[in-house]
Amino acid sequence: MEMLTYKILLCVIVFALSLGIAAYMTWGERKIAAILQDRVGPNRAGPLGLLQPLADGIKMFMKEEMIPGQSNKWLFILGPSFFMLTACMTGVVIPWGSGITVGDTVYPMQITDINIGLLYLLGVVSIGVYGIMIGGWASNNKYSLLGALRASSQMISYEVAMGLSLIALVMTTGTLNLGEIAAQQDAGWANVVYQPLGFLIFLVCAFAETNRAPFDLPECESELVGGYHTEYSSMKLGFFLFAEYINMFISSAVMATLYFGGYNFPFQHALGLEGNWLAVVQTAVLFLKISAFIFLFMWVRWTLPRFRYDQLMNLGWKVLLPLSLANIFITGIVMWLTGKLG
Amino acid sequence: MISYIFWFLSFTAVFSALATILSKNPVHSVLYIIVTFFSIAGHYFLLNAQFLAAVHIIVYAGAIMVLFLYVIMMLNLNRLEKEKTQNWMKLLSVVSAGLLMLVMVSAVGRASLMAGAGQPDETMGLTQALGQVLYRDYLLPFELSSILFLSAMVGAVYLSKKEPTTPPL
Repeated sequence: MEMLTYKILLCVIVFALSLGIAAYMTWGERKIAAILQDRVGPNRAGPLGLLQPLADGIKMFMKEEMIPGQSNKWLFILGPSFFMLTACMTGVVIPWGSGITVGDTVYPMQITDINIGLLYLLGVVSIGVYGIMIGGWASNNKYSLLGALRASSQMISYEVAMGLSLIALVMTTGTLNLGEIAAQQDAGWANVVYQPLGFLIFLVCAFAETNRAPFDLPECESELVGGYHTEYSSMKLGFFLFAEYINMFISSAVMATLYFGGYNFPFQHALGLEGNWLAVVQTAVLFLKISAFIFLFMWVRWTLPRFRYDQLMNLGWKVLLPLSLANIFITGIVMWLTGKLG
Repeated sequence: MISYIFWFLSFTAVFSALATILSKNPVHSVLYIIVTFFSIAGHYFLLNAQFLAAVHIIVYAGAIMVLFLYVIMMLNLNRLEKEKTQNWMKLLSVVSAGLLMLVMVSAVGRASLMAGAGQPDETMGLTQALGQVLYRDYLLPFELSSILFLSAMVGAVYLSKKEPTTPPL
């Protein structure tokens, strides 16, 4: 019973953290864009513009709520809600730290430790596209529909390469459990050392799955006005934009956990820290790694131009898919030669 | 607790399955069938078949139904094909559906409904157990069926490939 209360509390904390971090990611994105373009960036609301996300949130809520007359009203509302829901669902399988010991009980920093953590992750990613599709179709607008169709074909295409790059990782780790994968990297090297190509494929696919530049074709302004959220206003638009940032945060956390040691860091046992203090430092290190990935996401967005749609599809099917298959093959051969196959 | 979840999932599954075939709008049908898939995946979870549940969601809800929705959304753009059912089509569909029902009824009639009363193997649905069954005990049928899928895929790609009549610009 006590454990259940703790898990619910952890759920609330992870949810609130995702929202809070996503809010400040919008601030970070503007600041980074400003630095890269030699500007100042938001500096009016609060010191360094730190209150800007708050002002944006209030603005989003205060804007007029518009539902197009010819649209399908229920599905129009369902679209952004579902997109937000799937964005928030992924955080439950990520191990945010090694666990805090109070008395005799160990409180793990992972909400559920299911055996099929990686599959759960892929499942949530694969249903995430429905929010965009439903929203884009229900808007009854050609630009929205085209954006939704682009989003769905893009996400399906990159899911394949993403899943295959994860298979090579599963081969070397031997488990689908994210907690175990993170714990394994305590003793040895981080997984990126064994799976450099797999990580690169996963990284590119993560950019495509979160609809970030250079793969933000579904909301390509120069061709589609606003893409799938052309007709959206007020907080429903805010949900679409906000969920993108949550997705970015979660995929950064996944990449840090799967490939970069999760909450582990080098020489962590040589620090002489005891149980709980070490766990706190580990969680801080994990968030440092996540921030680094988030910075990478933004850095790439403000550096690279957008792909053309045929280039996007060619990259997905003719480059990443064969590469990930080759990665599985090479991983298998190396494991066979080194006698790691059981 | 478990039985409440079971009744909830069963009700959702039956309701959404009915709504799938009864709703006029094809997009609504697709959304309802996705709900059906989710409730069936929930049943798999109740039986501790975690791998099956996850793959069910990834493959059916995540990939196949997205393509269905994709195609229906494209067709919906131009409302050309209204329902053009002719009488012989209706007759044929009644006959084939009746035959299917005959098969189902006879299958259900022969099955013993009490077979599930014994304690099932709790670890059977986990990834490791399933992998060992598929890749060790039944490797040949598994690989053969995958070749079947591959040939179907190659066939589909070949059929959809346009013959280049004029050289591309």
